[in-house]
Parts: sequence; structure tokens; C-alpha cells
Amino acid sequence: MFDFGKWTTAFNDFLLGLMPEWGALLIECVLIAVAVLGAYTVLALFYIIYERKLCAWFQCRLGPMRVGKWGLLQVFADMFKILVKEIISIKGTDKFLFRLAPFIVITSSVVMLACLPWGNGLQIINFNIGIFFMLAVSSVGVLGILLAGWSSNNKYTLIGAMRSGAQMVSYEISLGLALMTIVVFSGTMNISELVWGQESAWFIFQGHIPAIIAFLIYIVAATAETNRGPFDLPEAEHELVAGYHTEYSGITFGFYYLAEYLNLFIVSGIATLMFLGGWMPLHVPGWDAFNNVMDYIPSVVWFLGKSFFISFVIIWFKWTFPRVRIDQLLAFEWKYLMPLALANLVLMAVFVAFGWHF
Amino acid sequence: MSDIKEILSGICPEIEFTEGGESLQVSVPAQKWHDFARQLHDDPRLGFDVLTAVVGMDWKESVGVMYYLTSTSRGWDILEVKVVADDVKAPYIHTVSDIWHVAGFQEREVYDFFGIRFINHPDMRRMFLRNDWVGHPLRKDYDADPKLNPIRLDDEVNEDDTCSYVEDEKGKIKKVPGKVFAENDYVVNFGPQHPSTHGVMRMRASVDGETITKVDMMSGYIHRGIEKLCEGLTYPQILHFTDRMDYMSAHQNRHCLCACIEKALGLEVPRRAQVIRVMMDELMRISSHLLAFGCTAMDLGGTTAFFYGFREREQVLDIFEKTCGARMSMNYNVIGGVIADLHPDFVKDVKALLAIMPERLKEYHKLFTGNIIAQNRLKGVGMLSKEDAINYAITGPSGRGSNWSCDCRKVHPYAVYSELKFDEVLETGCDSFARYMVRMREIETSCQILEQLVDNIPAGDIRALNVPKIIKLPAGHWYQQVEASRGTFGVYIESDGQKNPYRVHFQSPCFNLIGVMDLCCQGHMIADLITIGAALDFVIPDIDR
Repeated sequence: MFDFGKWTTAFNDFLLGLMPEWGALLIECVLIAVAVLGAYTVLALFYIIYERKLCAWFQCRLGPMRVGKWGLLQVFADMFKILVKEIISIKGTDKFLFRLAPFIVITSSVVMLACLPWGNGLQIINFNIGIFFMLAVSSVGVLGILLAGWSSNNKYTLIGAMRSGAQMVSYEISLGLALMTIVVFSGTMNISELVWGQESAWFIFQGHIPAIIAFLIYIVAATAETNRGPFDLPEAEHELVAGYHTEYSGITFGFYYLAEYLNLFIVSGIATLMFLGGWMPLHVPGWDAFNNVMDYIPSVVWFLGKSFFISFVIIWFKWTFPRVRIDQLLAFEWKYLMPLALANLVLMAVFVAFGWHF
Repeated sequence: MSDIKEILSGICPEIEFTEGGESLQVSVPAQKWHDFARQLHDDPRLGFDVLTAVVGMDWKESVGVMYYLTSTSRGWDILEVKVVADDVKAPYIHTVSDIWHVAGFQEREVYDFFGIRFINHPDMRRMFLRNDWVGHPLRKDYDADPKLNPIRLDDEVNEDDTCSYVEDEKGKIKKVPGKVFAENDYVVNFGPQHPSTHGVMRMRASVDGETITKVDMMSGYIHRGIEKLCEGLTYPQILHFTDRMDYMSAHQNRHCLCACIEKALGLEVPRRAQVIRVMMDELMRISSHLLAFGCTAMDLGGTTAFFYGFREREQVLDIFEKTCGARMSMNYNVIGGVIADLHPDFVKDVKALLAIMPERLKEYHKLFTGNIIAQNRLKGVGMLSKEDAINYAITGPSGRGSNWSCDCRKVHPYAVYSELKFDEVLETGCDSFARYMVRMREIETSCQILEQLVDNIPAGDIRALNVPKIIKLPAGHWYQQVEASRGTFGVYIESDGQKNPYRVHFQSPCFNLIGVMDLCCQGHMIADLITIGAALDFVIPDIDR
């Protein structure tokens, strides 16, 4: 399997030969920042067209068809439109918090994006509490949403923000517990160790029953975490017009829009990392020839492919199910999902203690 | 009929009977009206439990109200009650909104257009016009000078103010001001521009957290004054307005108006035209219920189901387009028949639609009805008991969802409905899910009716041959009802023998539907407000006539 680490190490050595260590670090940081932001934009554009085309497919439509071949350039048109639109400032808002809120949301999702294992050796931040760090950063995003709702001085946004606060704080528990189940199984929070731990088989196969339950809980909780249907109450357009971002326009609205799509990718990426082997190809113990063939597919393709598949499932939810109501949403989490996640965590601990896994 | 006259005279000796109308008509002195109305409603021998229509009238020398009452226990007998206010300058009549709750909004409309104040009405605001409007437009002496009522660019003031008129022991009437919402209510405004008000409707809801404590419906944003316009136009000219009220019941509404004029003229409509009208009505109903299905799903957040409903609706609209030349506002019925013969493809197209509908309905149920989220969102939400449905005169699918058998096609058969075999769809749930299911099952019923007719369209004329060139109705008044997609649609015409009507009133089903929004929504959540609105399925142009 090709290790991108060879390239990055060689580049680092090359820089160190030219300049002192701080200079090399500075250049690397700038390059990585550009790469992350570039990846962020490209992924957002891809996800917009991806969801529009999928949605059209579910709804017996064609989706965007006019701009470019099969409407592929439509997203660029949309992007330019959103960039040139006026950012309207509204009377009665808290100006500072109103402008700050979108940046909090987007920063949290950019940092999470940087933690993902993109491929073999392609990882930006890799330290011993990786997955814990991602969970912590993800919960910063809700702050931006609450601030947006509060500072807009609008009743729709306030109700949307309150819904969002209640929802994201609640579902974070199930999300965390589902991930902790895998941490118990693998015995590490380090992202690269998590991936290498799945070399023989993915965790969803190694941990069988509790891992599969954890995966299902994770998918439900992640859909709620990203505020997507059927859990899109914070921006329920039929009740609250656009929820917490009703008053935003132009690129400030665009930030929420981008963050929503990128969060979809990020939760799919975490699901891939924790359950489906990250960038690790599909390996079946004992089938060496098969495993070798699988290794020929680049690791980046594996990671993106699996993530896009999970996103497909979450998009499929959105365009199939009606929206739940706020009391149903919270009852579902606190009465069913969280107890189930806790019980599953105990189950996994028992399985690990007695070695009932592959 | 004679026994009912005796009972009525026994209750109130001052009443007078008017002979010669299509149904029994009594005149009641304004002072006696409230007690008389109480007896009409409560007396088990009479049992007039439905207030079908409230028609404000200006007879120049006097103003008053025509009440159309129906008794469900007495075989849907209709009783017309004429109440004339004592004073034409400052007319007062006692409210009956405490007896028939449907009168709550109806009387507000009468007040708005005729200036008749209703004593003891709890909320005597204007219904459609602004608070600062000068005059009452349907009065014959109304001054339409644009200087009096310019296009105002400022916000309406005091929209929270209301008042009621109370009579003390000496008979003196006093105005008591009030407020719509309490001082510290957290009022959330929905509309007039909002994604799920289904048009230009405004709702204000006071909420406690997410729980709704009161809903105030404010309409009139697209009111076009159709009833006023009709008074200046000839009968053939007023027909097209009906297509623009409830545009999802365009054929039924127009059928109703044509039938009312034909009844007044004593015209016999050829059988071919009758059958065509019924087929068009049922196609319209299918199209309307498909839209209702799609919009309910959409309002609940299930966007995909919307497109499924619209896919089949396209096919119905294509049928209309071929025969009527338009997909909306078809303008197809005319006095004495229909305007054009059927397109040669009509039978083939209808059969194609009938062939696919059962499969497609199964698909809808699979996608949406059976979904656990959809069921949880609809069941137990917006309860409306049968008694309330009758009292608020909620007809149509919404009334039948409360197990009230009120299908006009059954109780007052018109056209060829009496010859057709179909069952009235009733659900016992009384909630939004029941209303939704009635609509889904009525699509099947409509298909059943179409199946009976599609191969039996008789040959013959499409229009009565003896329609006069200049249509003048004899002096008198007529009331005609049909079953539109959303309930019983009624037309009242009063003529003084001229070629334009003296007064036309359209009794639209959606106007009654918004009357129960407050009742249904209380104690539910904000999301349920949208669900209840979607399940009642009101169309705004039908309210704002």
C-alpha cells in the first residue's frame, strides 16, 4: 500500500536542508492551511451537486441540467452568486455576535476536517486523544448556532436556536457513547492507531453485535447532530422559515450552508474511521490474494468512497422521512437512544473482557 | 312542513312566514332573534344544528342578515331566517356565535362589509379590511372614492385591539374594548408571507415555550371583493370569478353558480352536460386531494412525497387542458351546460388515469402514510369532535374526518349524483390523520364514480338550447350547494329582475375551516400548527373572496 508519509517526510527533509526548523514549520503550516481550505471548498461544492442530484433522483426529477454538462457547473454559478450577494445588516441585532457566529460554526468544522485520516500517511493532526478532541471541537459548533439565533433578535431564529441547543446537546451523548463503544473495543483514541487496528478487518466486523448496534446509533445521532432531516427542526422551513439563520444573507448565510454540508462529510468520515476502517481497504482474514488486490486501490479513494456512501444514506433519510416534532425528538433520545447506547457500551465491555470478538 | 310552522309559531308568535321561496322562510324581529335561535338549536323537535350560511343584506330601506339553517336530524331540511336590524343608520343584531360557533367569523365578515354590529359578540373586529377602513363596502350607499380609502403604505395600527358590544338592562348598547392577546404573551407571527400558510394568510400564535396557547387568524390580504364586483356585472360575466376562489375546486364552484342561475331560470340542463360536469367535478377533486396529500407531506418535512402527488396531478391537468384549454381557471361550465364538447382523447385519458391510480395510491401509502414519523405527527393532533365539527359547520373531508356524514352529494344530490353508486367516506379518528385518510380514500371514491361514467357519457347537446340571450333572473333569491373539494360550497343570489344580480354571496368551506384553527391548535406545539393547517387544507383565495 502506498504511504503518503514518504512524500511528506521527503518534503520536510528538503525544507530543513534549506532553512531553519521554524521556517520549515511555517511554510508547512501555510501549505496545509491552504490545502485544508481548498479541500473544504471543493468538498462543499461536490456535496451540493451530490445532494441535488440524489434528491432529484429520489423525487423523479433530473435536478440541475442547464449549466454545464448535466448541470455540473451549476454549483459554481451558485457559489459566485452567494459570494457577490449583499451582506445585509439588520437593525436591532447584536452586531458583534451576529458577525461572529458564522465564523465559530465554520471554524469548528474546519478543525474537525483537519483531524480526519485522509489516506495512508495523509493526516494533519495525529495525537493520542484524537477522537476525543474531535468530539470536543464538534460541540463548539452549537455555540455558533445559539449565538446566531440569539443575536438576530428574531423570534424564528430564537426558537430555532433553542431547538438546536436542546437537540445537539442531547444527541451528542448518544454520539459520544457510540464512539466510546469502539474506543473500549480498540483500546485507543489515537486516530492512526484506530485505523491500523482495523488492518485485519474493520471494527464493524471485528466487534460484530455491539459494534453494529453502535454503528446504527451513531448514524441516527450523527443525522441529528448535523441538523439534517428528519431531525432538521432548528431550520424547519415550514415552521420557522429558515430557523436560526433566517436573518443571514450572502456569504454569512453561505458559511452555514457550507458548514452543514461539511459536517455531513465529517460525520460520515468519523463513521468511516470508527466503524468502516478509515482509509483501510477491505480486508478479510485469510484471503490474502483478495486483500492484495484491495490494497491496489489507493487509500484516499477508500476513505472518500466510504464517506460518500455514508453520506448517501444520510441524504436518503432526509429525502424520505417527514420531520419529527421537538418533543418526539427529545423523547426518542432520552428514553430510547441513550439508554440503548449505555447498555451497548456495557455489552461491548463484556465482550472485550471475555474476548468474544474476532 | 306545516307541522314545523306550528312549532315555530309556538316558540315565537311574532315571526312571519314568507311563501313562494324554495325552502321555508321566516322573518324574525331583531329583538327576539337570539332566544328564537336558541330554541331552533336546542329544541329536539327542530334540531337546527348547522348554520349553513350567514348572508349580510342591504335592502336599501333596511339592512339585515339572512341565516340559512340546516337540521341534520330532520333530513337536512333548510330553513331561511331573515333578521332585519331596527335601525338602518346604526344597525345592531344579537350574535348567535354562542349557539353556532361558526357564526363567530361569519358575523365578523357581515360587520366588515355591512356595518351591522353584533351584540355580545366576543371579538367584533373587521374580518378582511383594515381597522382604519372608511365605510362598509357592500352597503348600497358605499362611497368608493379612492380619496377616502387610499392605498396605505403604513402599518396597521392597533391590530391587537378588539371590542365587543354589550347591552345593559335598559337596552342601551355599550362598547367594551378588549385585547386579542394578553400583555406578556410571546406572540409568534406566521405570514402573510410564510412557506406553509398555503397562500397569503396570516396567523399569530401566542406560545409558551413551544406550546401554543392561542391562535389569531388574520385574513384579507388577497381579498378581491368578488361579491361587490358581481353586483355590477351580468350573470355570464360573473361566472369566471368562481374559478378564482378555490382554484382547486374550480369546476365544482362554477357548477354551483351555474346550477343556482339555472334553478332561478328554470332551465333544464341536457344529460350529457350533467354527466360531463360530474366527471369534471370528480377529476377536480382527485387533483385537489393529490395536492392536499403532497402539501401535507411537504408541511411535515417529507418533500419527496410532494413530487409523487404532483406527478399524478399533472395527468389530471393534462386532461383539463385538452378539453377546457387551460390547466387552472378552466372556465368550463356555462349557464345551461358546458362551453365546449369533450376532447376526443378524453375517455382514453381518463381510463389511463383510472388504470394507474390504485397502484400510485399504494405507493403513497408506502412512502408516507405508513411511515412511523408521519403517523406520530398526524395522529391525535388537532382533535375536532363531531359536535364541534357540526357546530363550526366544518364540512367536506375535514368534517367527515370527525365522523360527520355531511357529503352534499348524498344529502342534497344534484346533477346525476343520485344515480351513482358510491359510499360516503367517513373516519372516526377526529384528528389530522383521519382528515388525511378521508382525502386519500376520497380519491378512490372519485375514481369509482369516474369508472361508472366514463363508458356511459350520453350523446346529445352540451348546452341547453333555450338559454335566453340576455339573462335576467326573476325577482327573488336562491341558494344552491355543491360538494366542492374542501366542503360544501354555497351560492346565494338575490335578484331584483335586472340583468345583474342585486346581491351574490359565496359561502366558501375554507372560511369555516379557519374558524377552528384556534380550537384545534390550543395545547399543541408550533410544528402542530402547521400540521393542523395542512390537514384542514384551506385554500386562501377561497377565504378571501
